Amino acid sequence: MDALLQFLFSGLTVGAVYALVALGFTIIYNASDVVNFAQGEFVMLGGMITVFTYQAGLPLPLAAVVAILVTSALGVALNKLAIEPARGAPVVSLIIITIGASIVIRGATQLIFDKQLHRFPSFSGDDPIHVLGATILPQSLWVIGGALAVFVGLWVFFTRTLTGKAVLATANNRVAAQLVGINTGWVMTLSFGLSAAIGAFAGVLVTPITLVGYDVGVALALKGFAAAMLGGMGNPKGALVGGLLLGCFEALTAGYLSSQYKEAVAFIVILAVLFVMPQGLFGSKSTERV
Amino acid sequence: MTGRNKWISLGVLAVLIALLPLFFPSGYYYRVGALIFVNALSVVGLVILIGYAGQISLGHAGFAGIGAYACALAPEHLGLHPALALVLGAVVSGVMAALIGKPILRLKGYYLAVATLGFGILVSMVLTNERALTGGPDGMNVADLGLRSLLRDMGWRLSGGEFWYMICGVVLLVGAWLALNLFDSPSGRAMRALHGSEVAASTVGVDVPRQKLRAFVISAVYASVAGSLLALQNGYITPDVAGFMHSVEMVTMAVLGGVGSVLGATFGAAILTLLPQVLTVFAEYEQLVLGLVMVLVMIFLPQGLLPSIARRLKGRDE
Repeated sequence: MDALLQFLFSGLTVGAVYALVALGFTIIYNASDVVNFAQGEFVMLGGMITVFTYQAGLPLPLAAVVAILVTSALGVALNKLAIEPARGAPVVSLIIITIGASIVIRGATQLIFDKQLHRFPSFSGDDPIHVLGATILPQSLWVIGGALAVFVGLWVFFTRTLTGKAVLATANNRVAAQLVGINTGWVMTLSFGLSAAIGAFAGVLVTPITLVGYDVGVALALKGFAAAMLGGMGNPKGALVGGLLLGCFEALTAGYLSSQYKEAVAFIVILAVLFVMPQGLFGSKSTERV
Repeated sequence: MTGRNKWISLGVLAVLIALLPLFFPSGYYYRVGALIFVNALSVVGLVILIGYAGQISLGHAGFAGIGAYACALAPEHLGLHPALALVLGAVVSGVMAALIGKPILRLKGYYLAVATLGFGILVSMVLTNERALTGGPDGMNVADLGLRSLLRDMGWRLSGGEFWYMICGVVLLVGAWLALNLFDSPSGRAMRALHGSEVAASTVGVDVPRQKLRAFVISAVYASVAGSLLALQNGYITPDVAGFMHSVEMVTMAVLGGVGSVLGATFGAAILTLLPQVLTVFAEYEQLVLGLVMVLVMIFLPQGLLPSIARRLKGRDE
């Protein structure tokens, strides 16, 4: 029982990061129908930039804010430079563009910074907290709390604010949104900026636990993508639940079956869900127009 | 595409393969050429899947991995001749594609992408983790095909590079010929019809799931044979052959050259295979340049390089 709780703690921590990546996917997908494979690089950038600004002498909170702002600006640039010029391109082209962009970001990071693994101190120390015979790191609570806070913030944003509704309207039908006076270009900019900021935030939160290097983004993008799919693409609730579930599946597999195949089980679960529910757990059914 | 165009495409390809060695300054270029042909072969398979049938796969490196490890494992454990191991790999890949294709080809767009991606990652994970069998991430040796020494006994001396250049060139030609035949066959027409609209295709009697599955299985066999040839010519194989980045490279090659055409696929494979060779001087910048090429071509030449260039040339004639 203690072991189970321990596995669930670590699963929820990792799952919260997947959930944040998946939420980032969801925002961009909602606004533009693009799955942004560079989402994992935002997480990496959040961690890397914080590490280097912190080492340069900035206090940690300020370094984190700088990292989130810079990453957010890069997200906007990605939209302006690579996604907008290719509007209307087929899915395959968009996949290649965002994967290409992620390779560019990785290549540039490795040139500007380095190829080492880095970390900075945890926010509230490294003394594990004992809960019912299991332990959890204070930083894990930061990660889980951060994911929940972002989710609630997004929920309020999408359902209670005019801007959030404008994003949903753009997702639903771009032309109709333009007709009722929504500036869809601004919505796209906002979505990419917000999504990149959330990614960077995840990077800041998780770096003290998992460390950061220039190449950690690929795996995170794949897992986040899988989590978003598991929950149902484009649904924030699905992204959160999908991420947390995926994290727990992985942790339980690693604990009880085989740590080598923990990632395999994640993909097997996703394949199974897609077979049974092709729209994911919370996705809505769609029909094809001729 | 008319019948004449088919023979022109094949003719151009054959002439290129036959004449290029005249310009090779050293034996090293035969190696690079053979690598281009192997990559082009798997990309021709993707042209059938993506270009004809309009389906996407981010997991085809998985099939290349099956083909490659069939050639590494079957001679050692089953005592099969490497050439038969290639056939075995192709059969296993085809059966595997048929089994997983049936449920996942109901999915569309990004959902299909993640399902195929999941399959590819599972294959590469098995190859990486089953150390006892596959040697893990370090890879394993692959037995020699034995054909070159046979030719030598018959008095035809070829270097390793020359030999594999010929073999891969011939296999690519055969693969391209089959793909071009498929284009105008009833199956090929059905695939292209469902690419346009599945609903419309099914109302005129196209068995959509069946044709999608056919395209998927055929492309898997292409990838598998390419993987086998790669393993045989290198004499060594690592799980990277089945990795996610290899799948991405394959799709990029297909779209880069122009996903509708077999010649374009070869062209895309050539560029993406040559790029790292050229960039070894600037190893630091390799990733950066590769990524930029992917993004810029997709933005400015969305049809792919070859069709865009062809249109530019035609425009100038008029």
